[in-house]
Amino acid sequence: MSLLRVDNLSVSFHTRNGSHQAVKDVSFTVEPREITAIIGESGSGKSVSCYAMLGLVPSPPGRIDSGTALFEGADLLALGERELRAIRGRDIAMIFQDPMTCLNPFMTIGQQLIEPLQLHKGLSKKAAKDRAIELLDEVGIRSPADTFDSYPHEFSGGMRQRVMIAMALINEPKLLIADEPTTALDVTIQAQILRLIADLQKHRDIGVLFISHDLAVVADIADQIIVMEQGVMVEQGSPDAIFNHAQHPYTQKLLAAIPSGQRETSRVDPDPLIKVSNLKTWFYPSNAKDPVKAVDDVSLEINRGEVLGLVGESGSGKSTLGRSLLRLAPITGGSVTFDGTDVTALEGTALKEFRRRMQMIFQDPFASLNPRMTVYDTLAEPLLLHKICDRKNLDATIATLMDDVGLARAFIRKYPHEFSGGQRQRIAIGRALATKPEFIVADEPVSALDVTIQAQILELLASLGREHGLTMLFVSHDMAVIRQIADRVMVMYQGKLVEQGTAQAVFENPQQAYTQALLASIPGAETASAT
Amino acid sequence: MTTDVSIVLTDAEQGSSLWHDAWIRLSKNKMAVGGGAILLTFIVVALLTPWIAPYSYEAQNLDLGASPPSAAHWLGTDIFGRDVLTQIMYGGRVSLAVGFIATGVALIIGVTWGAVAGYVGGRVDAIMMRLVDILYALPFMIFIVLLMVVFGRNVLLLFLAIGAVEWLTMARIMRSQVQSLRQQEFVEAAVSLGLSPITIIRRHVVPNALGPIIVYTTLTIPSVMLLEAFLSFLGLGIQPPQTSWGLLISYGAETMEEYPWLLIFPGLALTITLFSLNFLGDGLRDALDVRGSKD
Repeated sequence: MSLLRVDNLSVSFHTRNGSHQAVKDVSFTVEPREITAIIGESGSGKSVSCYAMLGLVPSPPGRIDSGTALFEGADLLALGERELRAIRGRDIAMIFQDPMTCLNPFMTIGQQLIEPLQLHKGLSKKAAKDRAIELLDEVGIRSPADTFDSYPHEFSGGMRQRVMIAMALINEPKLLIADEPTTALDVTIQAQILRLIADLQKHRDIGVLFISHDLAVVADIADQIIVMEQGVMVEQGSPDAIFNHAQHPYTQKLLAAIPSGQRETSRVDPDPLIKVSNLKTWFYPSNAKDPVKAVDDVSLEINRGEVLGLVGESGSGKSTLGRSLLRLAPITGGSVTFDGTDVTALEGTALKEFRRRMQMIFQDPFASLNPRMTVYDTLAEPLLLHKICDRKNLDATIATLMDDVGLARAFIRKYPHEFSGGQRQRIAIGRALATKPEFIVADEPVSALDVTIQAQILELLASLGREHGLTMLFVSHDMAVIRQIADRVMVMYQGKLVEQGTAQAVFENPQQAYTQALLASIPGAETASAT
Repeated sequence: MTTDVSIVLTDAEQGSSLWHDAWIRLSKNKMAVGGGAILLTFIVVALLTPWIAPYSYEAQNLDLGASPPSAAHWLGTDIFGRDVLTQIMYGGRVSLAVGFIATGVALIIGVTWGAVAGYVGGRVDAIMMRLVDILYALPFMIFIVLLMVVFGRNVLLLFLAIGAVEWLTMARIMRSQVQSLRQQEFVEAAVSLGLSPITIIRRHVVPNALGPIIVYTTLTIPSVMLLEAFLSFLGLGIQPPQTSWGLLISYGAETMEEYPWLLIFPGLALTITLFSLNFLGDGLRDALDVRGSKD
C-alpha cells in the first residue's frame, strides 16, 4: 500500500485581483522506502500541492477545490485541524529551504532539540539530551556533545540544515517532506545533504517527498520523478525514463536547460585588459581582533574579449574580488590595472569615466533594481549620466536597448515588481550595457533564476558578449554554468586562488583536491554520465 | 523600426515617473482626496480669515455673555460674548501654521541629516548622531524657556523651537531607513554606474525611505499642534487676545459643564484636521508604494 496517495487534487487562490488555479487535478503516490521528487519552476504549484495536504495553505485566499490525500488510509484533506496537527507533528515532518529562519536564534541547538523530545516523547531531561546527541550524530554533526550548546548563528548553512533534519526526525516520521532543502546551500554542501537524506531514507525506512526546481539535484537520489508545469502534472516516471525517454515537451525543455556542453574556446589573445597584482581586500570587524581576509594576495589577468569564470563556495571571496575590481569594495593592498591605468587611486571625474567602462550584473534581480523606478527611468539614468545619448534620442536608445536584452517595448513604463525574475535580470543586464562598457563583472547572475530561465539568460549574456566584444568576469558557485560560458576558469578558496587554467584543463584534469571535490559534487553527474 | 520608436515616444511624452504615477494613484483614493480637500479648505479659510471672518476677534459683547449657537453667532459666543466661529478661524491660522511650518522645518532638517548620516556612515555618522543624542538629552521645556528668555516672545521663534526639537526623531527614523537601504544592491548598482552620492541619496535612497517618514509626519503635525497649546497654556506661546485651537480647547475644557459648545467646536476643528491628515498620509504612503496593487 502506498504511504501517501493523492487523487485529483485541485487548489485555487481567490484574491481581489481574480482567481488563480495553482494546482489542477494532480494525482500521485508516495511509496514507503522511496524518494519521490516533484520538479517544477517557481509558480508551478509543486509546493502548494504539498502544503495543501498538510493544511498549510492559508485560507482564504487559498481553497482546496477537490481531491483526496490518503495517508495510511486517512484522508488528510477531510481531517479537522486538531487531527491534522497530530499527524503533522508525529507522522509527517517537513524541512524547509532556509534553515536559518526555522531555528530560534536565541536558543541553543540543544535546547531546541530537547524541548520537543520532552514534549512529544515524555523523556526526562537527561534522556532527552542523550537522544538529541544521538540524533545530531545521525545527521552527521561532528562531536555533537560539544556543539550541543552552540547557537544557530555559530553554525554554517549546511550544519543548520542538518540540525533541521535532526529536528524533523525526532518523532520518527513515516513521511519526510523536503521543500528545496539544498537550494540555499553551496554545491559541495548540497551534495552532502542529498547523500544524508538518501541515507536516512534507507536506514529509517521512511518515504520522502522531495520538492525541487532543479532536475539535476534529484537525478541521483529519486526513485520516482514527477514534473509539474503551471499546476498540471505533465510527466511522471523513474529517473531513467525521465532523463532518457522524456515524453512531454516541457520535460525535454527542462532537460535541455540543464547547463551542459562547453564554450568553444576562442582565440587565445595575450592582450590583458585587466591586470590584478597581489590584490588584498581585508575587512576589519569591530568585534574581532584579526581582519577577515576576504581576498588575500590574488593576482590575475583577464584578456580582452575573454570570459573568465571564477568559481568558489560562499565565503570564498569570489564576489568580493569582483566588487574590488570595480572599486565597490575597499582595496587594502595591491593594484588593479585597467587598460593600462591603475584604478586603485582614481577619484572624481576620472573614477566616473572608469565606472562607465566597467559594469556589474548582480545576483539578485529583486534587489538590484530600484523598486520605485520604471524600466524607462532605470535605463535612462546611465544613458543621461554618461551622455551616451542626448534627450532627443533617449527614447530610441532605450528602445534599442530593450530589444537587445529581449524585453518587449510595451513594458517600458512598468516597475520592477511587475516582472518575473528572468525579466528583471534582463533589465539589470540592459542597465549594465547602457554605458557601453568594455568589462562586465557578472556576480552569480543566474543563480536566483529557474533553470529554463537560467539557460535563456546565459544564452543572452554569451551572445551580447560576442556582439559587443565584452570582457567578462563571471562569478558563480555552479561548475556546470561556468563550464558552459567560460573560456578560462579560476578556483577560489578562502580568499586565495587555488587553481587556474583553460576551462578544458580545469574540468578535465583538475590539479587541486579542492577543485576535484567541487567537480565531484555537481548534481546529476552520475545520471548524466550514465546516459 | 521607425514606427516602433515613435510609439515609444508618445508613451514617453506622458512623462510617467514615480511622482506622476503616485499622483494618479492618490487621486483614485477617495478618502485621501477627501482629506486633502478638507485640509485645503481649512488652509484657504485660514489665509482669508481677516477678510471673511464674521466678527473682529477682539470684539466683545459683555451683555451677551456666553450664548449657545444662534443665527447671529453660528457656533455661539464665549463668556466675553466673543464669536466662537471667528475665534476658531483666527485660532486655525496659528494652529495650522505651527503644525505645517514646524513640521516642515523638522522634515527638511531631519530627512537631510538622517540621510547624510546614514549614507556616509563611519565617523561622520557617529558625530552627527551624537549631536542628535545631546539635543535629545536637553530637557525640552528648559530649551524653549531659554529661547524665549533670550529672544523674547515671538510666534516665529515658537515655530523654530518646536521644529528644532521634532527633527531629532525624524533624523533617527531616516538614518535607520537609509542604513538598510544602502546595503541594497540597487544602491551598489547606482554607485557602479558612477552616480554622485548626492544623486544616489536623492533619487535612489530617499524615495524608498518615504513610507515611514510620511506616516511619522502625519503623526507629528497633530502632536506639534498640541505642543503649541501646551506652551501657550503655560504662557510661553500665543497670548490672548490672539488665540489658537489648543488654547480654545483648554479654556473650553474649564467650562465644559456650563458651556459645552466652547469645547465641542474647537475640538471638532482639531479632530477633523487630524482625521484628514491621517487619511491623506495613508493615501500618500500607498500611492508612493508602487508595489501596492495598481488597480
